[in-house]
Amino acid sequence: MKFLFAPGFTSSEPVHVALALGAMVAIVSALVGVFTVVRSQSFAGHALTDVAIAGGAGAGYLGVNALTGFVLGSLTGGVAMETIGVHRVRSRDVATGIVLGAATGCSALFFYLEANSGSTTGSTQRILFGSLFEVAPGTLPVVGLLGVVTVAALALIGRALLLSSVSPEMATVGGIATRSVGVIFMMTLAISVGLSSVAIGAILSTALLIGPAASALRVARTIRGAMVLACILGVVATSLGVLLAYDSYNWTSRHSPLPVSFFVVVIVVTTYALTYVPFLRRRATSGRS
Amino acid sequence: MFSGFMLNAWESGTLVAVVAGIVGFFVVLRGSAFPAHAIPNGAFAGAAGANLIGVNPLLGLGLFSLLAALGIGTWGRKGRPDVVTALALVLMLALGAAFLSQSSAYEPEIYALLFGEILGVSSAQIVPLVALGFVCAIAIAVLYRPLLETSLMPDVAAAHGVNTTAVDTAFLIVVAMATTMTVPVVGALLIFTLMMGPPAAARSLSRRPSLALGLSVVIAVAVMWAAIASAYQWNWPVGFFVGTYSAVAYAIARGVSFRPRTRTRTLYTAHTH
Repeated sequence: MKFLFAPGFTSSEPVHVALALGAMVAIVSALVGVFTVVRSQSFAGHALTDVAIAGGAGAGYLGVNALTGFVLGSLTGGVAMETIGVHRVRSRDVATGIVLGAATGCSALFFYLEANSGSTTGSTQRILFGSLFEVAPGTLPVVGLLGVVTVAALALIGRALLLSSVSPEMATVGGIATRSVGVIFMMTLAISVGLSSVAIGAILSTALLIGPAASALRVARTIRGAMVLACILGVVATSLGVLLAYDSYNWTSRHSPLPVSFFVVVIVVTTYALTYVPFLRRRATSGRS
Repeated sequence: MFSGFMLNAWESGTLVAVVAGIVGFFVVLRGSAFPAHAIPNGAFAGAAGANLIGVNPLLGLGLFSLLAALGIGTWGRKGRPDVVTALALVLMLALGAAFLSQSSAYEPEIYALLFGEILGVSSAQIVPLVALGFVCAIAIAVLYRPLLETSLMPDVAAAHGVNTTAVDTAFLIVVAMATTMTVPVVGALLIFTLMMGPPAAARSLSRRPSLALGLSVVIAVAVMWAAIASAYQWNWPVGFFVGTYSAVAYAIARGVSFRPRTRTRTLYTAHTH
């Protein structure tokens, strides 16, 4: 047991906070992720993380809470992308790219200003790659609340969203305002990206959003099943990531632990790769890959 | 503004802009913005790894961006391309984060890899830049027709017997090369901006491919020059100006080209991308 759980794992408070936060974020990301993958909006989801970085960096410079920066940043990005035209498939790529590009420019500026103002060091790395072990316990309730709001919004629009993703014509005939549904989804996507940015870092939050959802969609037969499976995969990945990162402190003589996000991503990507192993995929229905 | 180290900045900046203008044009045309964003990020991981084991960063940049390009090209056909791209991207970045955590690289180095340090380009860095730039330009010249055909008229390309898969992979390799040469100068995150804004602006100004390609290069160079001059003037990072000016260029182009077009509304289907 000592080999698996390094001393102090079960009694350390940062570990408890990391596990709880990781699980919450993983669940929200997995649920939003299923829709993101079904709607083929992975790029938008990823671009929002880059906008979130700009928000996080700006917040760091202004001395505001990073979570506020992440969430406000990605919400602004979502609105901008919708305005330029993510809703049209043809211009979606460009709209996303332009917003992403402008946002990275702003990140460059904020990081630079912050470094020059001589405040905390290491902010570039922390904002980009996250450090689940350094999250203040006070962040938990806020993340929990935002998570509940996101999931509730998703539950409200879920059916309409799914229909308008799979068959827009049917949705329109059925009286669904596909555009509004798309906008609301974009907002939930933005919030979930903001939340996961706190947990595993903005650049890597795409992993939690897309990975578990895509794997689940390849294996599960129904959307509901995929959502449940995605949540499980996400929670397992973050918990294992926390454990391995904690253990990795003892792996080298120099005691330089590997980041949590590194392990989370490796687990998530490995899981997705495993869904390509024919034996594991046998139960899957045909078609959707 | 035009002396000493600034001269290197102007030269390398112009080279980068020309290559970004050319390669980016096809990125926009083919709708491969996501791979074009993912490959430079892979390159970032390569540079971090090279830094860790103490070899020339160009080696790491080249290797990782090539791996990213081939990985996305190969696996993307088997699954959903956007999912595969996203996962390849985060895997590369996670490796980069792991490398960084093990090395003693400090803040400014990470910042430079991500956002570039064009004002710190040495004369020795310009030689590989010119070489790789040439290779990219030649590769695009060779691929010009098949690239246009497979992007704009897939049916015609198929009738001509063009191997779409080969063209796709070849193009991603060109993006990887362009990335390798540009990341040390403008950084992993911003090369994408240059490959996106100016070409998208050019595309909305002209529908004719050759004219739009030319415009794309002109706008990219203009954005780059304006950015360098502004950075020199106000002492803010070049990346910020590249990002904002690219977006502004796109906004202006969209404004200029705004005219009522008869356009059949594309249906919003889940599986197109």
